[in-house]
Amino acid sequence: MRNVYVLGTGMIKFGRYPEKTVPELGAEAALIAMKDAGVTIKDVEMLASGNLYQSNAMVGQRILQQVGQMGIPVINVANACATGSTAFREAYLSVASGMYDIAMAVGVEQMGKAGLLGGGAGGSDPAYSPEGKIGSGLMPAVFGQNGIEHMRKYGTTMEHFAKISVKSHKHATKNQFSQYQNEVSLEDVMNARMVAYPNTLYMCCPTGDGAAAAILVSEDKLKQFAAGRKRAKIAASVLTSDPWTERDLTLPDVNTLTKRAAKQAYEKAGIGPEDLALTELHDCFATAELVHYENLYLCKEGEAGKFIDEGGGVHPSLGGKSPVNVSGGLLSKGHPLGATGVANICEVVWHLTQDERAKARQVPNAKAGLAHVIGLGSACTIHILTV
Amino acid sequence: MAEQAQATAETGPRPIVPFLKLGAEPHLVGSKCSCGAIFLDTKRLACSKCGSTGPFQTVKLSTRGKVYVFSVVHQSFPGIKTPYITAIVDLPEGVSVRTNLVDLDPLAIEKDPKPLFDMPVEMITHVVAKDRQGNDVVAFAFRPIKH
Ligand SMILES: [Zn+2]
Repeated sequence: MRNVYVLGTGMIKFGRYPEKTVPELGAEAALIAMKDAGVTIKDVEMLASGNLYQSNAMVGQRILQQVGQMGIPVINVANACATGSTAFREAYLSVASGMYDIAMAVGVEQMGKAGLLGGGAGGSDPAYSPEGKIGSGLMPAVFGQNGIEHMRKYGTTMEHFAKISVKSHKHATKNQFSQYQNEVSLEDVMNARMVAYPNTLYMCCPTGDGAAAAILVSEDKLKQFAAGRKRAKIAASVLTSDPWTERDLTLPDVNTLTKRAAKQAYEKAGIGPEDLALTELHDCFATAELVHYENLYLCKEGEAGKFIDEGGGVHPSLGGKSPVNVSGGLLSKGHPLGATGVANICEVVWHLTQDERAKARQVPNAKAGLAHVIGLGSACTIHILTV
Repeated sequence: MAEQAQATAETGPRPIVPFLKLGAEPHLVGSKCSCGAIFLDTKRLACSKCGSTGPFQTVKLSTRGKVYVFSVVHQSFPGIKTPYITAIVDLPEGVSVRTNLVDLDPLAIEKDPKPLFDMPVEMITHVVAKDRQGNDVVAFAFRPIKH
């Protein structure tokens, strides 16, 4: 496998765009990424397009109808919340394998005000829908239980989860691409409307629309296109699914597949968690972020609460260490499912290359960063980028 | 038409899921693989733990277990009364089940969740809906065991 670099990135502000179509949103991000990379659509040799809600509707090809149809191979990817990052990985593999020199990954989603996700339909007669009658499969409850499991094992408190939400909202005030850019206090979070204990409204990510794109290039072609500009290397690209564990079928186990992916990614990149200048992880709920501190080995097993109490996850400019989700995370930046995985790679790349787009929240000494996504069902991707 | 034929067929209580068996002593059933894994969905082509294609043994599961974790759901689908407690209950056979917990105050649990961990609970059944043919749809739930 060859070394692969991120040549260019593009992202539109996450939010709500009811007047636009999914291919339009994707095409906007694609054009920004190509301009940033210094390439045209004629240089792009393959496209991996990630979108979930229209996964049967050839979104990738429809994006090319907006930006240029050169007849290149297109794959349309769906992998729950890991859709965008899986598309990125497909683009990575197509270059790393030696098949192509320049590939594009686009992640895009238009959710509108989708409300609660998850829960079973129960066939044609809603009387047999299990949701709410024999427990809940809704995402806030599933991830609520993951948090409660941590409470049960290690005495974690609701305040620990709430502090994560406060931190992410504070980070988001420095991110112009974030769906929400408002601060919230600990009291605001604790007293907000409960969605599924212990997750209150501010501890749940919003639904929304958005798109992000990346242009990937082989090491051979890097010099030709990058022309002296600093570019981040993809030091590891890992995808795992959930192995059988005791309760995975009733309470999705988001821990085991993340730990396995993290171990593989650190080994492949040849670095450890202590070398990361920043981490963008999958905080669909505050409870999820807390368990992933341990799953990604940012702290020891059982010590996520202590990590938070000691300023872990907080941007160094705010007095913290091991910054997590300086973009504002899914909690504030938003979570347009297919776009999320590409967007958090963009965030890491921007810090590593001192890109203007992350100037207001630049982390110091950024030589390595990690982007993590979980799609429930389950899929986990981890990308480690280095300069 | 099939639907009309069904409507005139014998009516009566129907379980919400195939792994709930009604009758004098309602209980849950699972499929057990020779590797020890048990699955609540009884139709299975191969074991998700070991990959064996069986045969699988149908086992009657205990109606008593212990609460592993839970959440209190405040926002749900239309027609679902909130707040209610959703939980994962571990059964002694080594399988867990997703269920509602009843006969407990959800808001009190939020103030003090600790007593719920490992709380011994027992299964009950109750009517939760009527289907299009007018049959009662019966679900299971778990409640604290009263001493
Ligand atoms: Zn087996």
